[in-house]
Amino acid sequence: MDRIPILKLGGALIVTIQVDMHDRLALALEEDLTAMIARTGARGVLIEISALEIVDSFIGRMLVSIAAVSRVLDAETVVAGMRPAVAITLVELGLELTGIKTALNVERGMALIQARLSDEDDGHGSDRDRHED
Amino acid sequence: MTVTKTEALPVRSGDDVVRVRQRVRALAVEIGLGLVDQTKIVTAASELARNTLDYGGGGDVRMETVLAGTRKGLRLTFEDQGPGIADIEQAMTDHYTSGGGLGLGLGGAKRLSNEFHIESTPGSGTRVTIARWK
Repeated sequence: MDRIPILKLGGALIVTIQVDMHDRLALALEEDLTAMIARTGARGVLIEISALEIVDSFIGRMLVSIAAVSRVLDAETVVAGMRPAVAITLVELGLELTGIKTALNVERGMALIQARLSDEDDGHGSDRDRHED
Repeated sequence: MTVTKTEALPVRSGDDVVRVRQRVRALAVEIGLGLVDQTKIVTAASELARNTLDYGGGGDVRMETVLAGTRKGLRLTFEDQGPGIADIEQAMTDHYTSGGGLGLGLGGAKRLSNEFHIESTPGSGTRVTIARWK
């Protein structure tokens, strides 16, 4: 079965979605990400979607679900790189990406996650082992 | 209004939904829809194809390029022989779902289209037609 690769960079996991999502792939991604957050103690998940030509309610639900599970595991989800036409359509569709932070591109998305990581390094962090950059 | 081209595809699996999206995109480009309009009709098609699959138990989509005067359009008709919808008004309401979805499919598809028409007979099936004009 196809799998979407997940990269680890410091305390963050990075996923870039380059293919048309279908049911099994969405489920596999959610499972793989969840397992990897638990294994690595990652505090942030960056999902890059600039290759996605549409975000329908199916993909929206997948993103919301990944964010919800990640949050329970103490990781924050940032969706980066949404195409402008997709953003316009998403609003008209009525889809709200509840619990998801969005960023214009990967660079800004990583900055959001890094900000959270360094906040915690300044003394608000948990006692979890983390990989430093 | 004249139909300039007709195609059909089955909607019986998740992979079919992906194929419908790709074909609708190609037809939207063919009639010269702009990028935002392409994205809207492809997204609406994706919502309706998924409804056909999840709630209608599978069905078919007919895709037509149409011409009204000098105006080009894309018309899509999703049809299933599933359980039908008893209360269409309720089904059109945002966030109402009879399944596990977000309940945005029908209302969302309507907002993303220039024309929207739904007919359903409980026990025999549902037909949804949308159109987007250039």
